[in-house]
Formats: sequence, C-alpha cells, structure tokens
Amino acid sequence: MNTPLVKIENLQVLFPMRGSLVLPGHLPKMVHAVDGVSFEIQRGEILAMVGESGCGKTTIARALLGLVKPSSGKIFFNEHDITLLKGSSLRRLRRQMQMIFQDPYESLDPRQSIFELLAEPLKIHEPDSSQGDRQTRVYTALESAGLHPANEISSRYPHHLSGGQRQRVAIAAAMILEPEFIVTDEPVSMLDVSIRAEILKLMLDLRDIKNLTYLFITHDLSLAWMISDRIVVLYLGKVVEIGLAQEVIHQALHPYTRALVSVIPLPQPAVLRQQIVLEGETPSPLDIPQGCRFLPRCWKWRKLNCPSICKETDPTLQVYGSESHKVACHFVDGG
Amino acid sequence: MSLLEVQDLAVEFKSRAGYVHAVDGVSFHLEKGEVLGIAGESGCGKTTTVLAIPKLLPQNARILGGKILFNEDNLLTKTEQDMEKVRWRQISVVFQGAMNALNPVKTIGWQIGEAISHHEPDVSQGEVHRRVSELLEMVGIAAVRSRNYPHEFSGGMRQRVMIAMALACQPQLVIADEPVTALDVMVQAQILNLLKGLSHRLNLSMILISHDLSVIAETCQKVAIMYAGKLVEQGTVEHLFNNPAHPYTQRLLKAFPNIYGSKEFVSGIPGYPPDLLNPPPGCRFFDRCHVRIKRCQTEAPDDYEIEPNHHVVCHLISEKNR
Repeated sequence: MNTPLVKIENLQVLFPMRGSLVLPGHLPKMVHAVDGVSFEIQRGEILAMVGESGCGKTTIARALLGLVKPSSGKIFFNEHDITLLKGSSLRRLRRQMQMIFQDPYESLDPRQSIFELLAEPLKIHEPDSSQGDRQTRVYTALESAGLHPANEISSRYPHHLSGGQRQRVAIAAAMILEPEFIVTDEPVSMLDVSIRAEILKLMLDLRDIKNLTYLFITHDLSLAWMISDRIVVLYLGKVVEIGLAQEVIHQALHPYTRALVSVIPLPQPAVLRQQIVLEGETPSPLDIPQGCRFLPRCWKWRKLNCPSICKETDPTLQVYGSESHKVACHFVDGG
Repeated sequence: MSLLEVQDLAVEFKSRAGYVHAVDGVSFHLEKGEVLGIAGESGCGKTTTVLAIPKLLPQNARILGGKILFNEDNLLTKTEQDMEKVRWRQISVVFQGAMNALNPVKTIGWQIGEAISHHEPDVSQGEVHRRVSELLEMVGIAAVRSRNYPHEFSGGMRQRVMIAMALACQPQLVIADEPVTALDVMVQAQILNLLKGLSHRLNLSMILISHDLSVIAETCQKVAIMYAGKLVEQGTVEHLFNNPAHPYTQRLLKAFPNIYGSKEFVSGIPGYPPDLLNPPPGCRFFDRCHVRIKRCQTEAPDDYEIEPNHHVVCHLISEKNR
C-alpha cells in the first residue's frame, strides 16, 4: 500500500484561556481545541472534515499548514514530520500545501491587482524567476481556473469581480506554486447555489489534472457526501466517526453522526424520515466531560437507560463492518 | 379572503448609475396560518419584495406601483404614522443577521419588554414582565434567562430571542429573512422546527426567505421562486418540488446535492443574472436558459397556471399547449 500523503498522529492543540487569572504554581485553564486526533489522507483523495462550529475543524487545518503549533502529536507530510521543521525547510514544505479560504471577499487583498496577487507567491518562493516567466505562469493559472481572457482579468482588482470569479482567483492563487495538497475551508458556503457547483467542478477537475489531494472542511453533510471519497466527523476536538462517504452518510453508526444525517434538509418535500434533533449546542471545550464527550447530548445513552461505562471511559475508535469504517462509541451494536 | 395579497409590485432603487429595477410585477397571496418560502439567488429581489410589505425599504428605494392588501387594506396608501401601528402589532420582521444586532449592554428581557411597552404603552410593567417570560418559554428559553445579556447566549439562542421579539405584539404575519443562514446544521434544524411549531400553534402566517431550497422544502407549504426581480414560478411545495416547470427552477433544484439521490455531480447554472439597470426586454433568464426559443429574447413571457395554484412564467408552457 502507498504511504499516505498526510498522516496525523494523536494531534493535540490546546490554547490557554484568554484573560484567565493564573496563580503562581498553577497552570492556566486550557481550551482543548483538538484533543487526540489521528487520521491519514491518501494521495489523490478528497477527505471531507465535518462537524459543528467549535469542533476543531479549522484548528486541525491550521496545524496541518504549520500555522499553529500543536501541543503534542505528530503531523507527517510526505513522511516528514512538519512539527519539527523550522524556517526555510518549513517554508519549502509549505509551498506544497495551500489553502483556499471561505470568504473570497476577505481573502483577497483589495489593493493588489489580480496579477500582483498571483505573482507574489512566485516572487517569494522563486525569487530568480523572470518577469516574463511569472506572467506566463499567472496567465496559465488564471486560464486553468476558468478565468478568460487572462491578460484582461489579471489587470483588474478584486472589487471588479463577482463572488464566483473571486473564488476562482483564490483557487488560481492556491494553484500557482503547483502544490500537492490543498486545504479548503468552506470554499463555497458564501457563494450562490448556481455558482457553487461550477467552483466544485473546477476543484475536482484540477484534482484530476494535477493529481491533487484535498482536505475539504465543511459543515454541510450533503456537500461532503457528494464531493468526498471519505468523511471524518469531529465532535469537541475528537474524531467520532470516519469512513467512506457512503458509509458515514448511509450507514452512520455513531449517535452524533446519525443525528447530523437525520437533519440534513432535503430539496424534496414529504420524504418521511425520523429526525433526531439534539438538544442544546456543543458544550464548551473548556470542561470536557470525563468519559464520552458526547454523553450530555446523546439520545442513545438515554434510550439504553444511561449505562455507566459511557460516563467512565472515553470510547476509542474501533473498526466496524469494513476496514475503512471506524467509530468511537461503546454501543455501536444494539439500538 | 387572503391575509396578504401582493399585486403587481414594482420597486426601483436609485443608484449612481441610474435606476435599478429590483422588483418588477410581483404578485402572490398568503392565507392565514400559511408559510410561504421565497427563494432565489442574491440580488434577485427577494428581500426587497418582502421589506416593501411593512414599507421598510431604504431611502433610495421607490415603490413604483402595485398593491399590498393586508386584511383587504392597501398598505401602500397608508401614511408613515399608520404604518407604525401595523408594524410589530400586525406584521413583524426577523431581519437577516439581526441576532448580531442585539444591544450588548441591555438584558434580553429588557429588549423584548421594550418592544412591548413601545407599541402598547398601556400595558403595565408587571404585565410586560409576564409576557416576556411567556415569550421566552415559547421559543424554548428558560424565563430566568431574561436577566442575561446577549453575550451570554450562543448564536442559535440569540436567533430564538429575535423570534420571541418578533412575536412580542402578537402579529398575524412574521417575515423571516434567512433565519437559519450562518447557523450550524443541528441548530438550523432546531430553529426550523421551532418556526414550524409556532406557525401551527399560533395559526401564524409566515414568509420565509432563503437561498436554500431544501430549507424551504422542509418548512413551507407554498414556495415562490424569484429571478432577476421577477417571480418565475410559484405553487405548493409539493407541486413545485415534484414537478418543477420553469427551466430556472429545474436547474436550481439540480444544483442541490441530495443524499438520497444518485451521487452524480450536481450541475450549476453557467452565467450571471442580467443587469437590472437595463433589464432585457424578453425573458430575464434568456441568457442562461438551456431550452430557450427565439421569442424568449424579445417577448416577456406571461403567467400560466399549469395546475391549480401552480403558476409558471415561461413561453415554453404556451408552446407545449399549442
């Protein structure tokens, strides 16, 4: 089997709580943003990472790109542990991984023309490249992102462009250094539905042409199902379920995933289904309950007359059914 | 008699470049206890249409024509003073993103209470208090939390507060503009169930704006699809979603992934809506339509009723019946 492009092992990211009073001899209160996460991303794969806000999705992505320092755990990219890298070696590795952000209205510098915007990474990473060379690369990147004619677009500024076009520019900017790995954080949630599909299609086409690997962060499960090969579901900084898109959506085993899937709004009225609406919202990652962290909202726990094991032991990821499908729950079978 | 009847509404905005024809000839009606969803892309005029009802359009907007009959009373002929009696007490609005506009230095209870005592000055303080508690319980917030400040609530809870506030003066119609956008999936389901429940329990009419057709399919009885300032199709949710007739609706529905459908890639709608400064003479969807015919470019299509209460504005309907 091929070695995975990205491998995360027991990743933990803690943030000290802002403004908390720390007495001498005491440790500050810590927010457990990511609390022991492990998964792999194979070459050419699209892994979707889903979960509610505050579940640690964005923090994992930032740790992957070396934008936040993990408290413990390892992150391998092409078999290099990036948590050990510094300075120029980190910078060299970073050009292999790029990010596409959620909001194309904020991620592009309003005072840079599209050309300057796209040429900047080239100036940084390839200072020896000639002006003519850069121009060719910028034009190619714009054309491959579906922005025609490139010479006209590149002289414009972000405010001249529509939301969909801006997101195409963001994609072109991410592609210009020819990375292997792209992290996208809700890349279409700000766009109109009719534009969304085209941006997604572009991302898929680029994967096929350039053999890219994606980590696709979203809170929209139906989108995750459609675009990804595998889905990982997070809850309060931990993986609760991971598997093939088909398995996670249609054979969900964790009570949290089952609830999430049951409330996906359908573009189709009168489909009879049992909704499992969880009460309340994700609790604060400041005081994570001992045992299973999903317990306070777990419908299954109550249905099973509150077994004590859930209160005492934090369930670990176990394989169920097929080799690819892992779930962290004490009561996958039965109910 | 309908609770609300909008006839041939037209609104334009004055801009530096000229007049933008944001809403053009929109008609629909709403019965008591009904929930109507209005869907469409950004800039299609859905918010402008509904904000024209309580006459809350910005300064640079002008209502060019049409009628808005609320309980058979034309709101467009009313003075600003009269409208103040209509707003909150008969029609209230949950604005888009309003949950972020709560006053951070006043308690939730105070803010809901203010809405009551401002519009009903005769109500005693004790009564205001009682009603605030009742409203909070109605939207699923414990009454004791009326003493809390907005920062002590999560996004979903603040949206519940906004809904409680909209219900403060017992209106007959609530307009909610993108009430679940920017909320998490689970919270979204909670809020939609709350709105459905309230409409049912209080026999409340609602207009819900959303760009997300699946949200409308889950919540509403009727749906209207807007495109570039025009209403292109409307009908019951059941008819329209199972039998979409306008090419735009058909394409729009295909743009949503459906986890119970096939995993084939959804298709978008290439192109952009027309410039509403100079709207084209024919069908406004012409440029992006996949089944257009020659007359679509020059002739604006009429409204056809293809099933009872299912209206479509498209030339192809008449072509088929020829």
